[in-house]
Amino acid sequence: MAGSEYVTCFPEVREPLLNLKGGPGKNKRLLPAPFDTSGAHDLPGTRDLPDLPDVSEVETVRHFTRLSRLNYGIDHGMYPLGSCTMKYNPKITEEIAARLAPIHPADTEAMEPVLKRLAQLQDHLGKICGMDACSLWPAAGAHGELTGMMVISSALKSRGEHRRTVLIPDTAHGTNPASCTIAGFATKAIPSGEKGYLEASILRQHLDQDTAALMITNPNTLGIFEQEISAIAGLLHENGSYLYMDGANLNAIMGITRPGDMGVDCMHVNLHKSFGTPHGGGGPGSGPVLVRKDLEPFLPTPRIVCNGSGAYVLEEEPYPESIGKVHSCLGNVSVCIKALAYILSLGPRGLREAATTASLNALYLKNRLKKLFDLAYETPTLHEFVLSDTLQKEGGVTTMDLAKALMDFGFHPPTVYFPLVVAGALMIEPTETEPLEELDRFVRAMENIAAMSREEPEKTHESPLAAPVFRVDEVWAARNLTLTWPDKRIQPEEKGI
Amino acid sequence: MEIPEQLYYTEDHEWGELEDDLMRVGITDYAQHELGDIVFVELVEAGTVVAKGDPIGTVESVKAVSEIYAPVDGEVFEVNGALTDTPELVNQDCYGEAWMVVLKVNDPAQADTLMDARAYQAYVEAEAK
Repeated sequence: MAGSEYVTCFPEVREPLLNLKGGPGKNKRLLPAPFDTSGAHDLPGTRDLPDLPDVSEVETVRHFTRLSRLNYGIDHGMYPLGSCTMKYNPKITEEIAARLAPIHPADTEAMEPVLKRLAQLQDHLGKICGMDACSLWPAAGAHGELTGMMVISSALKSRGEHRRTVLIPDTAHGTNPASCTIAGFATKAIPSGEKGYLEASILRQHLDQDTAALMITNPNTLGIFEQEISAIAGLLHENGSYLYMDGANLNAIMGITRPGDMGVDCMHVNLHKSFGTPHGGGGPGSGPVLVRKDLEPFLPTPRIVCNGSGAYVLEEEPYPESIGKVHSCLGNVSVCIKALAYILSLGPRGLREAATTASLNALYLKNRLKKLFDLAYETPTLHEFVLSDTLQKEGGVTTMDLAKALMDFGFHPPTVYFPLVVAGALMIEPTETEPLEELDRFVRAMENIAAMSREEPEKTHESPLAAPVFRVDEVWAARNLTLTWPDKRIQPEEKGI
Repeated sequence: MEIPEQLYYTEDHEWGELEDDLMRVGITDYAQHELGDIVFVELVEAGTVVAKGDPIGTVESVKAVSEIYAPVDGEVFEVNGALTDTPELVNQDCYGEAWMVVLKVNDPAQADTLMDARAYQAYVEAEAK
């Protein structure tokens, strides 16, 4: 087994779903009052009580412990999922956020210092991005995009304009066109230049009086800095259109350059990526929106303001042009607090060093791996880079095989088949928190896989062989969607495991 | 790779078969092969008026979601409902049973702006490099 040099195999029970375990009367702990559910049938909308599993305490604890041992997370090893910035999250930020957790949001007195911290975070994000105003409420990146596009939509309306089209480069995240569509715009994909970034001359051909905005990610999903961004901003503004920046890749540029200085009008940042808070199934995320002064009236409510006596309070009025609420109560406050703790603990130099180290780590991997795998674009990259399966494809080995094989070496696979501009893409982002030893271990794993692809290509089709779950039949799963909690009387078909 | 002689082709890898003012549209063998196993197909409704380049549907494979575009201006006359339950037809018979829509075209002469089989062959070979 190719991976045996690096990984151990320990037996773990193949755990069934919880409702397929246990049996009547096994749960000896009955719910105490006031959680007595005997009258619940009479409540509206509760015709049938949920079929909760009848399991004992020890079975429940073992169930989740067994599952946790099958999991792979950033505390476990490198997670080079391109475009996701899976950096290690310092535990001190968890500790700080936990101290504020007991405060009830309706307790205005106890909330005052929390609001002060949130206002402080808005301020710091504004400085990092070079933007004038901020709203912390969007719950994650795509929600930030939607909020930002609603702000732009309202601004256009207040100008008496009905521009409907948002231009989006072909390197964009899939959420970009989705958010624009939900905000009521039509989207149009425009090609990036041959060098992997959007050229102003290409944009010019697509601009007209219907263009509401351009939505661009900088650096883009190829890891390439959009070097014509200032010229692009100039063209858009001349045309009466806005420049929206998807801040998903802020980790590559924070502390070095600011979107506001590039001419960005509206953007979101992903606190859960750039500012060291957990995400990826473990969430929640947070996608604050930042705008220039002229878009500030349209930001969501409530607003955090410092009143006459120096106390921080929430205000719903008077913001007649606001798009209104985008989240119940406040946003994901604990994520915001963690991000503030992260920003304050690193400071301006630390943030800059995080960005430069993220790029250094990615460049190190790129230069070691480009001898073995096809590098899609020669243009210099920052925090991530995109390889493809072009060299392996002739032997019948695909990107999916390469990704699955990596699991046998104890790594989470990189992002695959994205961005769409590279056929068979493998998008690798190590982040700044990986030590050199872990980067080298990754290179050795990829060298092994490249050798296996040449010498025993058929073996790669079977991988992973050392992971808890072998190759799953993704096609079968996608064509036979069964997403319901299975009836415990019917045994699930053993398929793909 | 199969590229039938009598069809028209687009740069987005759709094929069109013209009969009077009706054009049957689907995706090419190259497209289905590049996408891999198709797991979901969603098409616009009959009666939708489209211009050349407008989306007429979406195909989803385990790798990616891609839009299908109208090769010419017209109105969607008929859609292939069978693909909803059996998207795998696209991989099995992309030029036959897995046709996607029939367009009632505004101007049959517009088909001349599309590629013929030979031009498409050269286009695909260039793209593969």
